[in-house]
Amino acid sequence: MSQEHQVAEEHAEAEVHTGHPTPLTYFKVAITLSVLTALEFGLFYLEWLSYGIIPVMGFLSAAKFLLVAMFYMHLRYDNVGISIFGRDVPIFSLMFVAGLIVAAGVVFALMALFAFFTGGA
Amino acid sequence: MTTMAFPIPRPTHPTGIWNWITTIDHKKIGVLYGVTAFILFLTGGIEALLMRIQLAGPNQDIVSAEIFNQLFTMHGTTMIFLAIMPLSAAFFNFVIPLQIGARDVAFPRLNAFSYWTFLAGAIILKISWFTGGATNAGWFGYAPLTSVQQNPGTGIDYWIVSLQVLGIASLAASFNFLVTIINMRAPGMSFMRLPLFTWMTFITNILIVLAFPVITVALIELYFDRSFGMNFFNVARGGDPVLWQHLFWVFGHPEVYILILPAMGIVSEILPTFSKKPLFGYPAIVLAGAIIAFMGWMVWSHHMFTVGLGPIPVTVFTITTMAIAVPTGIKVFNWMGTMWGGSMDFKTPMLYAIGFVAMFTIGGISGVMHSMASSDAQQQDTYFIVAHIHYVLFGGAIFAIFAGIYYWFPKITGRMYSETLGKINFWITMVGFNLAFFPQHFLGLDGMPRRIYTYDASMGWNLWNGVSTAGVIILAIGILIFMHNIVKSWRKGELAGGDPWDGRTLEWSIPSPPPEYNFAEIPTVYDRDDWWARKRREVRRGVPVAGGSGEDEHHDIHLPQPSYWPLVVAIGLFIGGIGLVYPVGMYAISMVGVFIGTVAVYAWSFEPVNDPEEGEQAAH
Amino acid sequence: MAQATAHHGEHEPTTTGLNHRKMLMWAFLGSDCMFFGTLIATYLVYKNRSITGPLPEDVFSIPVTTVSTFVLLMSSMSMVLAYAALTRNSMKTFRIWLASTCILGATFVGFQVYEFTTFANYEHKVYCADVGVKELTPLKQQLAEKCGTEDEHNGVVEEVVGLTPRTNLFGSTFYTLTGFHGAHVTLGIVWLLSLFFLSFKKGMVTPEKNLDLDLAPLYWHFVDIVWIVIFTVVYLFGVFPGF
Ligand code: HEM
Ligand SMILES: [Cu+2]
Repeated sequence: MSQEHQVAEEHAEAEVHTGHPTPLTYFKVAITLSVLTALEFGLFYLEWLSYGIIPVMGFLSAAKFLLVAMFYMHLRYDNVGISIFGRDVPIFSLMFVAGLIVAAGVVFALMALFAFFTGGA
Repeated sequence: MTTMAFPIPRPTHPTGIWNWITTIDHKKIGVLYGVTAFILFLTGGIEALLMRIQLAGPNQDIVSAEIFNQLFTMHGTTMIFLAIMPLSAAFFNFVIPLQIGARDVAFPRLNAFSYWTFLAGAIILKISWFTGGATNAGWFGYAPLTSVQQNPGTGIDYWIVSLQVLGIASLAASFNFLVTIINMRAPGMSFMRLPLFTWMTFITNILIVLAFPVITVALIELYFDRSFGMNFFNVARGGDPVLWQHLFWVFGHPEVYILILPAMGIVSEILPTFSKKPLFGYPAIVLAGAIIAFMGWMVWSHHMFTVGLGPIPVTVFTITTMAIAVPTGIKVFNWMGTMWGGSMDFKTPMLYAIGFVAMFTIGGISGVMHSMASSDAQQQDTYFIVAHIHYVLFGGAIFAIFAGIYYWFPKITGRMYSETLGKINFWITMVGFNLAFFPQHFLGLDGMPRRIYTYDASMGWNLWNGVSTAGVIILAIGILIFMHNIVKSWRKGELAGGDPWDGRTLEWSIPSPPPEYNFAEIPTVYDRDDWWARKRREVRRGVPVAGGSGEDEHHDIHLPQPSYWPLVVAIGLFIGGIGLVYPVGMYAISMVGVFIGTVAVYAWSFEPVNDPEEGEQAAH
Repeated sequence: MAQATAHHGEHEPTTTGLNHRKMLMWAFLGSDCMFFGTLIATYLVYKNRSITGPLPEDVFSIPVTTVSTFVLLMSSMSMVLAYAALTRNSMKTFRIWLASTCILGATFVGFQVYEFTTFANYEHKVYCADVGVKELTPLKQQLAEKCGTEDEHNGVVEEVVGLTPRTNLFGSTFYTLTGFHGAHVTLGIVWLLSLFFLSFKKGMVTPEKNLDLDLAPLYWHFVDIVWIVIFTVVYLFGVFPGF
C-alpha cells in the first residue's frame, strides 16, 4: 500500500468518525430525554387516564430507549454490515436487536403462560 | 503502544508444562479442551455404567437409591456440560481459525480463560462426590426437589455454582468465536463461502450467547432461595415451581441445539469429502440451521406437556415442535443427497458420519412422536425419552464427535490413526449403542419410568434391561478400542502429510500439525470449498500444488505471547465459587477469590506485549 | 504494517474493519438483554402473586425514583460528552465529564441504597379518617382494622412492615432485579474510574485507542436503557394492581 493511499484512507476514516454527532446533538438528546421523563412523571398523576397510562408510558419509554441506543450508543451510525443471503445487515444493530427480540419474546410468552393478560393468578 | 511498567513479565518461551499452562495458541487450547473433556466423558460413562449394572436385573441392590439419584443427575450434567459442549469447543478451537484462514482467534487470552474456567467448573462439579453427596435432583433440577427443605446437603449448591462457572466459560468462548468468525475471515471468505462447520459454530455460539443468561438467572434465583431464604420457588409464599421448569427449558431446548449443531457441522464437512462431491444444497443447510436456531426458542414447553399448561399452550407447542422437525429433516435429505451418486470412501470418519445420519434420524423420529402432546402423555418420564435423548445425543452428537476426531486427527497430530482399529471401533460401538438404547424404546412404551433405581421382576422389564446393560458393556469395549487407537497412533502412527483426505477446506492446505502461525501467508479465497477448487485449478494449469510444504517464511509474523493471567482469573473464580457453596462464613473465602480475580483482570489488561518489534513501534 | 500500527494504535486489520473488542461488547450487550429480560420476566410473572404485603403501591415513591432516573439519564449525557471531548483530544474536558459521570452514577447508586433502606424499614400509616373515604391498599385496609382500638394514636395507626427480599415474592423479585442493575452500575463506575486514573498516564487513554473502542460508554448507556425499562415497567406500572 502506497503512502498516499494510506493517508487518503485514514482521511476517509476520520470522516466516518466526525460523522458522529456533535456535542450539541448530544445535548438536545439529553433535553428530550429529560422532557420525556418529566412527561412520564406528570402523566402518572393524571388519574383519569387510569389504565390508559400503560400504552402511553410504554410509548414514552420506548422513545427514550431508542434515543439513547440510536444517538448515545451510535447505532444510528452503525453502517458496516455483513452480507448474508445477499443482504447487508449492520452487525452491531443485529447483535443487539437479536438479544432484544428474543428477550422480549420470552418475557411476553412467559407472561401469557402465567395468565398475566387474562387476569389469572 | 506504551506499556506500563509491570512487575511480572510476560512469559516469553515457556517450555514443558508451563508451555501448556500459559499457552494462548488456539490449537493447543483445542487439544486441552479435547483431552480434558474426553476424560470427563469417561467419568460420565462410568456413572452410566454403574446405573446400567444396577438395572441389569430386577430387585438388585448394588447401589442405593440415594446414590442412584446422584448417578443419573451427575451423568446427565456431566455429559451435557462437561463432555459434549467442551468436545464441540475443542473443535471450535482447533478448526475454526484454520477454516477461515486466520492465525488465531480474536481474543487469544480470553480463549485460554475459557478453557481454565471450564476446568474450574468441571472440578467444582466433580468434587461434590466427595463433599457429602453430589447433586441428585436430575440434570434439570426441578423445583421443589432443589429446595433447602427437601435437599439440605451441599450437592445442589455445588451443582449451581459449577453451572454458573461453566456458563461464564461458555459465554466467554462464544463471544470470542462470534467475533473471530465475523471479523477474522481471510480475504474473499464471504459468509456464503464459509465452511459448514464454521457456519454451524457461528449459529451455535449465537444460541449460547442468548440462552445461557436465562439459566444464569434461574440458578441465581434458586441460589437466593436456598441461601437467603427468598421465595422464588417457594410454594408456601406464592412461588411457583413451574416457573423453574419454564426458565430451565427456555434455556434447555436451545441447549439441545447447542449440542447438536456443531455435530451437524462436522458431518457436513465429512460427507462431501468422502463422497468426493460438494455438499448438496449448501444454502438450504445453512438456512435450515438458522431456522432451527430461531425456532428453537419457540418449542420449550414440549418438555412440560404433562404439567397442565392448559389446552392452548399445549396445542401451540405441539405445532411448533412438529414444525421444527422440518428444517431438521431438510438437513437429513441434504446429507443423503450429498452421498447420492458420490464415489464414497468408507474410511472411519465417513462410517461415523453415516452412522450419525442414521442414528440421528431415529432420534428425530422418536422426537416427532412425542411432539404430539397426546402421545407424549404416555411417553413423558419413561425410558422412551431416555431412548430419544440417547439417539440424538450419543448416536447424534457423540458419533459426530468421534467422526470429527478421526477426521481431524491427522491434522492435529500429524499422524494417521489405524484404519483397521478405527473400523473395528466403529462397528463395535454401533452394535453396542443400538443394543443398549433401542430396547429402551420398548421399555418406555411398556411403562418403565426413567430414574427408578430398581424394579420388580413381575413388571416384565427384565429381558430388555438385561439386553441394554449388555449393550453398554459392548459400547464400553468400543470406547476402549478407540482410546487405544488414539493413544497408539498419536505416539507412533504413520506420518499423515498435510492433506490426507483430499480435503476441501483451508485447514488441509497447510502442513500437519499446523505451524504455530497456521498460515505462512494468509490465503485469498475465491470459492466455497476453496482448497478443493484451488487444487483443481492448479492441476489444470499444470502448476504443482503448493500446500502441505512447510515453507519457513514466517519472519514477520507476530503471534501474541503466552500469559499467566487467564489461569489466575479462573483460579479466582474457582475459589470464589467454592466459597459460595458454604454461605455465611465462607463468603470470606469468596472475597479472596474475588480479590485474586480482580487483581488478575487488571494485570491482564496491563500486561506488556513483550515483543521487541512491538516495543519499537511504541517509540513512534 | 508497522506504520499502520503506529497510527491506529489497537486498530488491527479485520475483515469488516470493525474493532474486535467493540464487536465483543455488542455481543455481550445482546446477551445481557437476555439476562435482564429473564429477571424482568420473573418479576412480571410474579406480580400480584405475593401472599403478604408490602406491595409496590405501598412502598414506591415515584417522585424520588423520577429524580434518580433523571440523574442516571444525565450521567449518560455526561458520558457521551466525555466521549466527544476525547474525539477533540481535549483531555481536560474529557476528565471533567468522566468524573461527573462517575459522580452521577454514584448518586444513582446512593438513591438506590436509600430506597432499599426505606423499603426495608417501611412503616405504613393509616389516617383513620380516610377509612371508607379513600381507596386503601390491601395492606392498609388490614391495618385500618386497628382503628378505634388502643393502637390508634391521634387518629393514626401505624406499623413497621419492612420489605426485605424474604418478605414476599415482590421483595424477592424486586430486589433481585434492581439489585443486579445496581451491581451493573457499580461495576461501570469502577471501570470509568479506572479510565479516569489511567487518563493521567500518558498514552493510556487516547482518541486513537479509545474512540473506535468506545466500550465503557456503550456499557454505561446500556445500563441506562435497562433502567429506562425498569423505571416504566416496575415503578410506573407498579402501582396498577391489575397490571
Ligand atoms: C426432530 C426433532 C426433535 C423433536 C421433535 C424433539 C422433541 C422432543 C420432545 C417433545 C421432548 C420431550 C419429551 C418428554 O419429556 O416427554 C424431547 C426431549 C428431549 N430431547 Fe428432543 N426432539 C428433537 C430433537 C432433539 C435433538 C436434536 C436433541 C439433542 C441433540 C434432543 C434432545 C432432547 C433431550 C435431551 C430431551 C430430554 C430432556 C429430559 O427430559 O431430560 N432432541 N424432545
Ligand atoms: Cu426440547
